[in-house]
Amino acid sequence: MMCLAVPLKIVSINEKNAVAEMDGIKRNIRIDFIKNAEVGDYVIVHAGFAIEKLTRKMAQENLEAVREVVNACKGFVQKQG
Amino acid sequence: MLAKDLFRNKDDVKTLRKAIESLDVKDINIMEVCGTHTMAIAEAGIKQMLPKGINLISGPGCPVCVTPSERIDDICNLAMNKDIIITTYGDMIRVPGTRKDISLEKSRMMGADIKAVYSSMDALDIAIDNPDREVVFLGIGFETTAPAAASALMEAYKRKVDNFSIFSLHKVIEPAIRSLLESKEVKIDGFLLPGHVAVILGQKGFMFLQYEYAIPGVISGFEPVDILNSLFLIAKEIAEGRGEVKNEYTRLVSFEGNSAARDAVYEVFKPRDDIWRGLGMIKNSGLKIREKYSRFDAEVKFKIKLTDEIKNTPCKCGDVVKGLIDPSNCPLFGKECVPDSPVGPCMVSSEGSCAAAYKYRNMI
Repeated sequence: MMCLAVPLKIVSINEKNAVAEMDGIKRNIRIDFIKNAEVGDYVIVHAGFAIEKLTRKMAQENLEAVREVVNACKGFVQKQG
Repeated sequence: MLAKDLFRNKDDVKTLRKAIESLDVKDINIMEVCGTHTMAIAEAGIKQMLPKGINLISGPGCPVCVTPSERIDDICNLAMNKDIIITTYGDMIRVPGTRKDISLEKSRMMGADIKAVYSSMDALDIAIDNPDREVVFLGIGFETTAPAAASALMEAYKRKVDNFSIFSLHKVIEPAIRSLLESKEVKIDGFLLPGHVAVILGQKGFMFLQYEYAIPGVISGFEPVDILNSLFLIAKEIAEGRGEVKNEYTRLVSFEGNSAARDAVYEVFKPRDDIWRGLGMIKNSGLKIREKYSRFDAEVKFKIKLTDEIKNTPCKCGDVVKGLIDPSNCPLFGKECVPDSPVGPCMVSSEGSCAAAYKYRNMI
């Protein structure tokens, strides 16, 4: 389905074409819109095109930002009683 | 899977739920502008987690659902041309036209050659493999899928695949959001903003909400913790009387977005006025193929005259996509209109509000 975005791992690259996989299922994708794509990168794929890289570091930083909100919430909830 | 499980932690969900409950807000409407959010919200049961007074309403975020049924008729007429192979994302095949017996599926039964593809590049490959046939790709979707169509078209231009063309139904989301806010038909207090459209547009693509409308908006990921975190941030802004645009989905969305993808869209398409189901004609809300590429424009190639007259039907999809009614308030919902025999697109698309409401109806 066109709007479904899935994270896939790039296993090979041939110019703008790449093969990416998830759970052992391989799929041909295009990497036209990704700067410096490399084998091993995780990308979010939309309608057969990678639209952005997803790195563990960015995911961790995102989670930390969420946890900051969560932790602030804990204090917030306690304060409100 | 990378990232996915990180944002499904049950303790985080619990804390965020409590935090949302503790906010001082009454009778607020938060609109989600993305079909994937609609489905994720239904799947995680998020509406049921929220306190009374915080209402989630679905907006015009499912491209199939906002395509007027008259346009499906236009496509089905084209599909009956024996020289043509229609290639389309699978979502479109069962969408009914102005009558229940009009759809690509029905056209196929009458002999039309219709192939579902995963990507616009697959459609281009079909054209290369069938040089004696005309291959039309139905380009549909918002900012996330338009770059894919643009790339396929540029490739066809470069490789002179002259039997390939695109019927552009592509739309952009900003004019639709503006139209909703300006019509004031629906009370919207904040927006849960579409994470993947924002990957392309960047946070900057939604700053107009803050600068021009002073309405809260948070770009959100699609996991339960993402969505609850974003809803908390939106509701807190409303409680504090602020109207800022924030980015919760920082693992993928930058302020600038993906300029390479935007450049591809700009190269191939130009804005045009377009009709949205429920919202009517919206200025500069559609994407038309530029003259440079007109020999790959199915509208030009096959002299398609777009139907601009919108008929009234008992189907309430038009009201559903602008958040005016909940799917269950449509008189056809679950009766004449079910996923196996849909009347409107919102019941067909895997991202449609009615399909989501039907699939998860027993959770309520």
